[in-house]
Amino acid sequence: MSNAAIPKGAAGLRAGDVKPQPAKGGPMAKAGGLASWVDDRTGAAKPVSYLLKKVFPDHWSFMLGEIAMFSLIIVLITGTFLTFWFVPSAGQVIYNGSYVPLKGIAMSEAFRSTVDISFDVRGGLIVRQIHHWSALMFTVSITVHMFRVFFTGAFRKPREINWVIGTILSLLAINEGFTGYSLPDDLLSGTGLRAAEGFMQSVPVLGSYLAYFLFGGAFPGEAIIPRLFTVHVLLLPAIIIGLFTAHIVLVAVHKHTQYPGPGRTNDNVVGYPMMPVYMAKAGGFLFIVFGITTLISALVTINPIWMYGPYDPSPVTAGSQPDWYMGFADGALRLFPGFFEFNVFGFTLSLNVFIPSLVVMPLLYGIAGAYPFIESWVTGDKREHHLLDRPRNAPTRTGLGVMALSFYFILFFAAGNDLIAIKLGLSINDITRALQVMLIVVPPLAYWVTKRICLSLQRRDRDLVLHGHETGRLVRTAEGKFFEVHEPLSEHERWALVQHEALKPLERSAAVDANGVRRRGALGERIRAKVSGFYFADGVHPVTPAELAAAHHDGPAHEAIAAKQEWVGQLHGGADERPETDAYASHEPEPEHEVDPDSTTAR
Amino acid sequence: MRSLASRRRHPAAILILLLLGLVATGGLYSLLAPKPAQASVATADDMTAGRKLFLANCATCHGLHAEGSKAAPSLVGVGAAAVDFQVGTGRMPLAGPAIQASPSGTVKYTDEQIASLAAYVASLSPGPAVPDGQYTKGDGDIARGNELFKVNCAMCHNFVGSGGALTRGKHAPSLRNVSGKHMYEAMVTGPQSMPVFNDTNLSPTDKNDVISYLHEIDKNQNPGGMTLGNLGPVSEGMFVWVFGLGLMVAAAVWLGSKAA
Amino acid sequence: MTEHYTEPTGADVSLPGTAARLHQGHTEGTGHIEGTGGIPARFADPGLDPHVHRLADHQEKAARRAERQVAALFGISMVATIIFLVAYFAIDLHTYRFVPGIGQANLSNVVLGVSLGLSLLCIGLGAVHWAKTLMPDTEVTEDRHPQRSSEEARADAVDTILAGGDASQLARRPLIKYTLGGALGLFALPLVVQLAGSLGPLPKAELSTTFWRKGMRLMRDPQLTPIKATDVTIGSVFHVMPEGIDKTAHLLEEKGKAAVLLMRLDPDEILIAKERDWGHDGIVAYSKICTHVGCPVGLYEQQTHHLLCPCHQSTFDVTQDCKVIFGPAHRPLPQLKITVDAEGYLVADSAFREAVGPSFWERG
Repeated sequence: MSNAAIPKGAAGLRAGDVKPQPAKGGPMAKAGGLASWVDDRTGAAKPVSYLLKKVFPDHWSFMLGEIAMFSLIIVLITGTFLTFWFVPSAGQVIYNGSYVPLKGIAMSEAFRSTVDISFDVRGGLIVRQIHHWSALMFTVSITVHMFRVFFTGAFRKPREINWVIGTILSLLAINEGFTGYSLPDDLLSGTGLRAAEGFMQSVPVLGSYLAYFLFGGAFPGEAIIPRLFTVHVLLLPAIIIGLFTAHIVLVAVHKHTQYPGPGRTNDNVVGYPMMPVYMAKAGGFLFIVFGITTLISALVTINPIWMYGPYDPSPVTAGSQPDWYMGFADGALRLFPGFFEFNVFGFTLSLNVFIPSLVVMPLLYGIAGAYPFIESWVTGDKREHHLLDRPRNAPTRTGLGVMALSFYFILFFAAGNDLIAIKLGLSINDITRALQVMLIVVPPLAYWVTKRICLSLQRRDRDLVLHGHETGRLVRTAEGKFFEVHEPLSEHERWALVQHEALKPLERSAAVDANGVRRRGALGERIRAKVSGFYFADGVHPVTPAELAAAHHDGPAHEAIAAKQEWVGQLHGGADERPETDAYASHEPEPEHEVDPDSTTAR
Repeated sequence: MRSLASRRRHPAAILILLLLGLVATGGLYSLLAPKPAQASVATADDMTAGRKLFLANCATCHGLHAEGSKAAPSLVGVGAAAVDFQVGTGRMPLAGPAIQASPSGTVKYTDEQIASLAAYVASLSPGPAVPDGQYTKGDGDIARGNELFKVNCAMCHNFVGSGGALTRGKHAPSLRNVSGKHMYEAMVTGPQSMPVFNDTNLSPTDKNDVISYLHEIDKNQNPGGMTLGNLGPVSEGMFVWVFGLGLMVAAAVWLGSKAA
Repeated sequence: MTEHYTEPTGADVSLPGTAARLHQGHTEGTGHIEGTGGIPARFADPGLDPHVHRLADHQEKAARRAERQVAALFGISMVATIIFLVAYFAIDLHTYRFVPGIGQANLSNVVLGVSLGLSLLCIGLGAVHWAKTLMPDTEVTEDRHPQRSSEEARADAVDTILAGGDASQLARRPLIKYTLGGALGLFALPLVVQLAGSLGPLPKAELSTTFWRKGMRLMRDPQLTPIKATDVTIGSVFHVMPEGIDKTAHLLEEKGKAAVLLMRLDPDEILIAKERDWGHDGIVAYSKICTHVGCPVGLYEQQTHHLLCPCHQSTFDVTQDCKVIFGPAHRPLPQLKITVDAEGYLVADSAFREAVGPSFWERG
């Protein structure tokens, strides 16, 4: 109530009233009301505001993990739909649906229900195809996401845990796919299950028991389809969702890494905020992924089980392969020589089956999962890394990665050797022999070639910084020398090329201490130093300001042209940059170069 | 006028009765007996023309008397079916050395020429004949043909007959749009690496069922969309890596790029 | 390839032809060439790129055009959804229409799929286009903090745990400690034992026996009609199942071990005497289950007498008792001894003399 004299009249009686707030407008007010209801009960305002302000860096390669995440959502949704029609039973029935080539044929309930989904349920086929195509998309995007994380060094501290979780997720994803495509009990996937039973049998000592326990008796038995259903629908999805949640929580906690560039340091994240930009972009990308997957599913057949027919142990199709993500294991089985089956004291040891089927997969994934720890042991680097490496700036890591990829892809292509044979008109025997040889020869070669390419690219970057862009403009000095004008790089352009750090090999301390006693752990340290040398000895260092200044100074005869500054840029070419043996080289005597006898040589 | 009955003791009566009986039995038999799966018999003219064609086009590899040579197997006993198949699909005459004879786009001879060649080769020694049209029409039981195909044929030719690899560069060809007659002949003669599926292994009805199944597939009903060759997960994997990932990455690049 | 190393002189870098070779960038010591005279050791971060404006940022016309484009995309999505809803009910499930590239396509599947795909895709394209053109694209910076907790937080956590551990008296009560360890170590065993123990029966001798017995006729698969020896001509291959297998309760399980391949060769081509003896006049029967991992070995090459398994390309030579001549299998295919009965039908003369299919430890 104001202290002013109350004016006379009815209107005056309301003079001191507090005016009501004008209504903000329907939906926003309602949303505000709902939000405040939730906040009253959860205190969610602070974390929501924190999350919505989160900044994400913008690069397309960071979307690969998102493709995987969205594909996971799609398989979960479409998979749930499919469970309403799919019957996970091996019980035998006679088909009586609309697909003519199977009429009257005996088949399992699982197969029959899948054929019904494909032919006699409205929209059933499109849901089934979306499910399988997005499962393939899931595994593909996990794989390329893994490559991106590896080659940019995003697995370094503090993200080692996330890398291990990711490796496990990758392994779970491919097994989820295997159990999934085996559910319809068709000829092709049944043949795969038959092979799986063969793998179990090959396990030393326990093989026949494992096979009988897994299949609930002799192959195929009536237990395997319902059991695969439980694993595919309940067990693995639960573990995957749990691990995946941990995976993205860690990304939120660590904040996303970013590529080096102007303004980007190890201590910040530069990008766009979640609200509104990333909500729109990431949300939109979900729909884009879903939309592209659906369009592919509408127009391209996948897993036409009605054409394969129901599983029977007697028939088999030419071109029997698993889905692509199991290709490396199938290829390993095709390439591993049969010589390795031994009779040991009356028992059969089938290493020719056991190793490629049950050892290769955990071994490859195990090495992958352990890699961050190997690299941190080698570098001795205990700092947090949030700026990514350009792959060329970590030549040994990139080389090792390409080596592993070449090994993996040779195994992968081996799985398709019969299709390669008929499409290219080659002999399947020759292809198999060639791939066996390539498996041994190509990876080390790939390592070496990749490493040399990385080192060359690094030197090219140095060149670019020191000398700038060629402009194609030639200048002739009064003395008759020709120079090309080079445009120096701007600060912003240059930064990405010079900001990285070339790690140095670890030094080892003396093997014996001051008293001549051999130090404990000296051997470990020596090995570590040697591996570190293997990694970093021939590193190419980024250009420093001093080097750039030297480059400018070393440019020839700038005094002679000082009067005529008609061009902008760095002079290049001419006598001072020619090799010393050249007749036109500078005649100033050069100081002796001392060659360090202990210098490590480039590998 | 005397009635027929009054002549029943005529000496010729028994002869006429026998004749009638024979005609009736023979007629009924030819109407009701199962036909052998064999087309019409060749004439002598066919064989002479066939011999001329053979000497001109086939004898260089197969020998003057079809006895075979280092370059080609003997044709004695292969039957008209083999000739009709090999020449009718353009596999023969083989243009040059090859791992196996493959169907070529061009068939070098007219139907009459093929028939006369077949007649000549068939005359050398008995062998499978060109099948009767009844068993090559493809009007049999499609589902049964599917079952038979999966057990006997899919391991070489693939689950729908898209073709498959054999050892040392050989292959089982695609069965798309092959006539019923040629399929029957291939089954019954076992060309090159293909084993022989004679009529006591797969009966003519069985073979007709298999043909019916393959012709059903030829109708090209693909409810799911493009089949990518019906070659299984390998082509699907290639598609998802190239087009699936390609489209997704293109979308991601577009998403991250600056607007105008 | 040896590279020359030079000591960084730290000298005045204005001298021509100075110590370090600039183009290789190899050095020891500090790892960088650092000069004197106030030149910094490394380049400095130039800070964020200057912001470049988009058309829609300062041209209302461009902004409205962007708005119309986004709206159009959302509009296409809505139309596509309606098409889906109509097509779902209107198109018969079994209609086929020719579509180039597909052949005879199922009209319902194509229309439902394309309309659903467009309805989803256009929402995404619209949302992303909206973000790109109209939402702010000025880069924003967020600070990072070290992941490790502060020393106080760490000390506090350690203190809490240690204090709690003391309060529980666990360290002072070894009896509790050991029995707790025992109980926790054992409690999960019943769960594991129940699962592992009841998953399946013991194999016993099942992997080593098949349905075949002496006297069983060889039947064509899948017709299940008996085979006369005279039916089998040279170059033939018959897929075979034992007589009576269709009466068993475990059809697929028995088929998975009993599948047999019957071929006829010229007896002179068979190189192994035992193979000839166990066959009948050049007709031989072998297990069809590959000894690698169990796929059916169906591909019989009539001319080379090779059997090829389509899964991993193990190749068996029928003239040499199905010895492995290529591929990852190790053992030859087991042979089934056959003879003819009184009516001329082929019958098994004995069960398989060894286990069929993939190897296992106790196979011997």
